[in-house]
Amino acid sequence: MIAAVVSLGGIGLAAALALGAAARKFAVEVDPREAAILEVLSGANCGACGYPGCSAYAKAVVEEGVSPALCTPGGQATIEAIAGIMGVSAEASEPEVAVVRCQGDNRKAQLKYRYLGLVDCNAAQRVADGPKACPGGCLGLGSCERACPFGAIEMTPDGLAVINRELCTGCRKCVSVCPRNVIAMTPRSATTHVLCNSHDKGAVVRKYCQVGCIACQICKKNAPEAYVIEDFLARVVYEHHDQAGPGVEKCPTSCIRDFRFGYPEGSSFGGGELPSEKNAPDEGTGTAG
Amino acid sequence: MRLKTFSGGLHPPDSKEFSAGCPIEDCPLPEELVVPLSQHIGAPAKPVVQVGDRVLRGQVIGESGGFVSVPVHAPTSGEVVAVEPRLHPSGRELPAVVIRVDGEDSAAEPMSALDPATAEPDALKDRIREAGIVGMGGATFPTHVKLSPPPEKPIDTLILNGVECEPFLTADHRLMLEEGEKILDGIAVLQRILGVEKTYLGIEANKPDAIDQMSALCSGRNIEVVPLEVKYPQGAEKQLICAITGREVPSGGLPMDVGVVVQNVGTCAAIADAVLRGLPLVERIATVSGDAVVQPKNLRIRVGMSLAHLVEICGGTRVEPAKIIMGGPMMGMAQLSLDVPATRGTSGLLLFSEEKVVRRPEGPCIRCARCVQACPARLLPTTIAAYTRLDMMDEAEQLGALDCIECGCCSYICPAALPLVQTIRHAKAAIMARRRKG
Repeated sequence: MIAAVVSLGGIGLAAALALGAAARKFAVEVDPREAAILEVLSGANCGACGYPGCSAYAKAVVEEGVSPALCTPGGQATIEAIAGIMGVSAEASEPEVAVVRCQGDNRKAQLKYRYLGLVDCNAAQRVADGPKACPGGCLGLGSCERACPFGAIEMTPDGLAVINRELCTGCRKCVSVCPRNVIAMTPRSATTHVLCNSHDKGAVVRKYCQVGCIACQICKKNAPEAYVIEDFLARVVYEHHDQAGPGVEKCPTSCIRDFRFGYPEGSSFGGGELPSEKNAPDEGTGTAG
Repeated sequence: MRLKTFSGGLHPPDSKEFSAGCPIEDCPLPEELVVPLSQHIGAPAKPVVQVGDRVLRGQVIGESGGFVSVPVHAPTSGEVVAVEPRLHPSGRELPAVVIRVDGEDSAAEPMSALDPATAEPDALKDRIREAGIVGMGGATFPTHVKLSPPPEKPIDTLILNGVECEPFLTADHRLMLEEGEKILDGIAVLQRILGVEKTYLGIEANKPDAIDQMSALCSGRNIEVVPLEVKYPQGAEKQLICAITGREVPSGGLPMDVGVVVQNVGTCAAIADAVLRGLPLVERIATVSGDAVVQPKNLRIRVGMSLAHLVEICGGTRVEPAKIIMGGPMMGMAQLSLDVPATRGTSGLLLFSEEKVVRRPEGPCIRCARCVQACPARLLPTTIAAYTRLDMMDEAEQLGALDCIECGCCSYICPAALPLVQTIRHAKAAIMARRRKG
């Protein structure tokens, strides 16, 4: 009995000493700043910074002096925290949100054919350029929804992707996965957007979509500073987005939407929940979930 | 004697009885032809005619756009009325030359005839390229590329593909019955180019008349006719090589890696026309069939004829077609409309009524492994598809996704109606896109 305790205890003690010695001798030097940065990063490992995960980015900031402003999900608060740790100044940057530039769900937009294949937008796009008649419209198969690390995207019952402006951190994962380039990054403060991605002429757009931009110029006539029409598609000039209101009201196909007054039809994110002061640029994305 | 075949595969109803007995008919010319400049795998041809030009049958209207490319010729005489993107069988709008047919069908001066017994192999290959010849089984790969293996890959065997394993299609069957001599002329050209020791002609056992006819013609010519078991996809290149020679094309390899070149019998006939008569490829045999067609037929069609025209010549439709397929039902391409031109690869046109179209809701995989049993490439389709759904492309690649021949056996047999072959195609495209990115 005693022999057993002594011998096992002895083995344990020897192993503990050996491990302790090894831990000192082979210790990996970690810059404490790296750990501190990792602490303030969002931890989503979304890859928005261009590095494989948060720890790789933290390491790059410390060792290579990479800009502290690359963590879009963390927003301004994180950027300032990293800048503080590194002792550099943080330049203020306008945070961004992703916007699906389409409102043509399966009821409002025509289909070319019935798609019964793999539920994946990229796979569907390979079959005769996608089932939607519109070459730029949302295919509605949810590839962006599955790619979003923050649960900010929902598919409406009629097959349209909608991005929650509160939950979106601007990481661009959805932008990279969308085969039709429907999703655009926009300044968070700008709440008015032309929700159409078709560059076809008006008469063509009318044939396949009830809510497409027909390039009629009415928005531009009513708010000349706030809109430009390029290649048969209107676009908000975000520097003057505060003047875009008249265009929203006058648009004959209702393809311009001010998100302060609600999300596209069918979305569960509701309407009018975004008080305008919350979207001021200086607030940043500190409110992001 | 037990017939030769490969492992895997399945037995869909062959449904060839609707058109197998119909002799080849010349399809009358329509008022307009839409000739796509992309009728082959590889770089599209570049248009060399302008609106208002008068063209003659056989005149070059599109020049080849690279080594893996072939020129495009006017299928008949008429006036060019547009050079613009038109709906292509791929479902996209691609550049095409639109010709208003004048009905005279005047031919341009044919190219000089070559004698396969004396002409240089390189001259013969050039002729095959100039005549715009592509694989006419449906893959439309430029034939001259297939006939130009690098010197380190010696070819000892030529296999002619008269299998026609796709259900409904009877175009190659009729060609062998009615124009067997032309096929033999084409074989002589191929033998001269490749300098092969051994030539086989594979035909499925459900075409006994074609086997008898071709055996009679081939006797004493060093061409062995091989009857093959009726099984899909017996006519797939790698499966055909395995069945006839017992050689297996390695993963990621080509038939030339095992010393074999395979050519479709339709391609052979086109080669005979190009070399012996100097005629470019502007027509082919196509089967029009399916339960929605009034009178299924085998037609000699010109490239650029609209599918609607072919259907009209076959008496129109009995009912509104619910599905239009260019090619065979297993590997053909579903079409958005009949306002699409036929191309050099149009081996068939099938129209099905709603009742014949099976649209089952997708269910969960029940691990029955029928797709594994059926896969002629001996892959694990359901596992590859599962990895693909999870976007785990490394794993899909390790399981050999790139070796998939897209024959559709897995999707056909799946009791859960999973879109397996489409999922694997998606994986292949994603893997290739990633490789290009590096």
